[in-house]
Amino acid sequence: MTANEAAIKTNGHEPSYLEYKGKHTGILGWILSTDHKRIGLLYLISLSLFFLVGVTFGFLMRLELIAPGRTIMDAQTYNSFFTLHGVIMIFLFVIPGIPAVFGNFFLPILIGAKDVAFPRINLMSWYLYVIGGLLAVVAILLPGGPTDTGWTFYVPYSIRTNTNVMIALFAAFILGFSSILTGLNFVTTVHRLRAPGMTWFKMPLSIWSLYATAWVQVLATPIIGITLLLVAVERWLGVGIFDPALGGDPVLYQHLFWIYSHPAVYIMILPAMGVVSEIIPVFARRTIFGYKFIAFSSIAIALFGSLVWAHHMFTVGMSDTGQFIFSLLTMLVAIPSAIKVFNWVATLYKGSIDLSTPLLFVLAFIFLFTIGGLTGVMQGVLSIDIQIHDTSFIVAHFHYVMFGGTGFGFFAAMHYWFPKMFGRMYNRKLAKTYFWLLFVGFNFLYFPMFIMGWLGMPRRYYDYLPEFHSYHLISTIGSWILVAGVLLMVYNMYHSVRKGKIVTEKNIWGGETLEWQIETPPIHENFYDIPVIETDPYQYKMNDEKFEKEVIS
Amino acid sequence: MSSTEPIAGTHVHRDDVGSRMGMWLFLFTELILFGGMFLLYSVYRFQYADEFHLAAKELNTIMGALNTAVLLTSSMTIALSIVAIQRGQKDLSVILQIITIVLALFFLVNKYFEWTAKFHHGIYPGGEELLAKSSGEILFFGLYYVMTGLHGVHVVIGMFLIAVMTRQTRTGTINKDSYVRLENAGLYWHLVDIIWIFLFPLFYLIT
Repeated sequence: MTANEAAIKTNGHEPSYLEYKGKHTGILGWILSTDHKRIGLLYLISLSLFFLVGVTFGFLMRLELIAPGRTIMDAQTYNSFFTLHGVIMIFLFVIPGIPAVFGNFFLPILIGAKDVAFPRINLMSWYLYVIGGLLAVVAILLPGGPTDTGWTFYVPYSIRTNTNVMIALFAAFILGFSSILTGLNFVTTVHRLRAPGMTWFKMPLSIWSLYATAWVQVLATPIIGITLLLVAVERWLGVGIFDPALGGDPVLYQHLFWIYSHPAVYIMILPAMGVVSEIIPVFARRTIFGYKFIAFSSIAIALFGSLVWAHHMFTVGMSDTGQFIFSLLTMLVAIPSAIKVFNWVATLYKGSIDLSTPLLFVLAFIFLFTIGGLTGVMQGVLSIDIQIHDTSFIVAHFHYVMFGGTGFGFFAAMHYWFPKMFGRMYNRKLAKTYFWLLFVGFNFLYFPMFIMGWLGMPRRYYDYLPEFHSYHLISTIGSWILVAGVLLMVYNMYHSVRKGKIVTEKNIWGGETLEWQIETPPIHENFYDIPVIETDPYQYKMNDEKFEKEVIS
Repeated sequence: MSSTEPIAGTHVHRDDVGSRMGMWLFLFTELILFGGMFLLYSVYRFQYADEFHLAAKELNTIMGALNTAVLLTSSMTIALSIVAIQRGQKDLSVILQIITIVLALFFLVNKYFEWTAKFHHGIYPGGEELLAKSSGEILFFGLYYVMTGLHGVHVVIGMFLIAVMTRQTRTGTINKDSYVRLENAGLYWHLVDIIWIFLFPLFYLIT
């Protein structure tokens, strides 16, 4: 009797993807598997490890800033730390983040497919991710010293500094390639592999946002690839491209860098918005409000978001017309984002709300993202931007969006899909405890940065004036609370994967999308028979009728 | 939904339209990769119009034109090899693919002579002759080397890709009924061609 047949006997159905024995066994069965679910888990493990490294750097930076002057490290080390924190968090955590882990795992399931369109390319993109990540770590350890350019690699400094810039550039280049392959795979999968009856407007909303994200990945990432390559060539061979000493223009570097890196923030946030749209109807027991508006706002965000890059550079000396256009477009992005927020809140209205951990994270997302988003609009105002450019206000803003938004979205997704992925349940009480630690710690950590920044505290500074001391102190204490929450969460996840309560029921949350109609954990090919889709993705009749009766009439 | 069915194993999935779509998406990324450099070129050309004009005179238009003709011909031969395999003419297809590789090799050899001739005149990144020139000319040659260099890398990748296709055509993996790989390799080769079609006038014909 083979292992697969044995599993049939104990399960009463085909072996789950966790038990399935293919051509390879043991660890090879994982690292050579082209099963999208296993690749999703590979990503989850590697991503979490890099996330913890990134958290460590951030934690140590905050510790350094607890008091003015030198506390635990010198200025050069601090420069390396913010660079590594940025490179690791951005290129290795938030950009791949939700698409690589939950997109890989659930995109095929949610559209009723057995796998992505190119399973082998999918595995290859994980390998590229790991190689890129290891190179980023090697850049820390090699002689020459860790990269100290900031994650933006601005020229001319990145051409002149003697630290390990080349390896970091190469790492980012490879990670970009990995990201492109994931995007390419997802676009093709959504076009080609939807189950019969799954029309575009019957797709779950997370698919819409993953689809929009995938296009941005495909179309924006090559620009960062070539830009970083040019910096490398300039460092290596002394070719004149950006170096002002050879007639080049460093501002052009900034343009090219942000042509990618601004759309990249939508690569980061859109999938999280998809997760929110997925979770809210389930825990409010209501059909999503404004399905088409949410779907199209994803596309609109991807579209507008690709045209606003120069708002990172209002102070470099741009023409007034240029500034005006970029400022206007920046504010326009707020519209589709707000459409989403309003529709989410409208979905919650009069629903029967179940305040489980996934929904708590989602509500935190909405709260933190709203603060992050609105301060983003403030920065789009030219006159205000001159005041707060390069201050910790900016740092606070993007952490509210990237961590409060994408990070909390990632946590929400993990707590929502965890039982489906592992067939086990985490400790729900503990989950609520660390949710509050994370939420409170987060606000203590980042909110003071808004105030400091407004008062003139520059970002990336190692030292500061005594008048900023109390803000920095509060912020550092916040980082301790936040890290405590992160550690508890990691413990809960790690422990529950191995020892959590076993879940076999298919639909533990009462969701209406396809992943809740298949086995827990899913079988190797997801479905016994490819489903035929006849209804819209979120159908919660009872509460909707109550809503109509009480509110509309 | 019977639970006692035998394990299906890894399902075999074939989707030629999907493969082609994936290839086109990949070609978009390649175009945008070069697009970044075309953007730089246009900004610097605008900024240093006269110097670009001057620097372009250093390039050998005849060599460039010859290479253009060679690459265009190779695009034709790869297209013909696809037609041949569609008609089941396996040997003809293999021969046409080999001709494509030979033409690509010719392109690279030609390029090699062009570059080394420049090197002899001290025109290479960091070279004294080049650094003595004006900023605009330094930028022109910087872009020239990087853009034609990266294009050259693509030619090499394309040759390798077509070589793999040739082997697969001979072994029969690529055949009358299943030739999407060869088509995709052909698409890639046309991309290499079309990028050169833009590089040629931008560097050689602006004198």
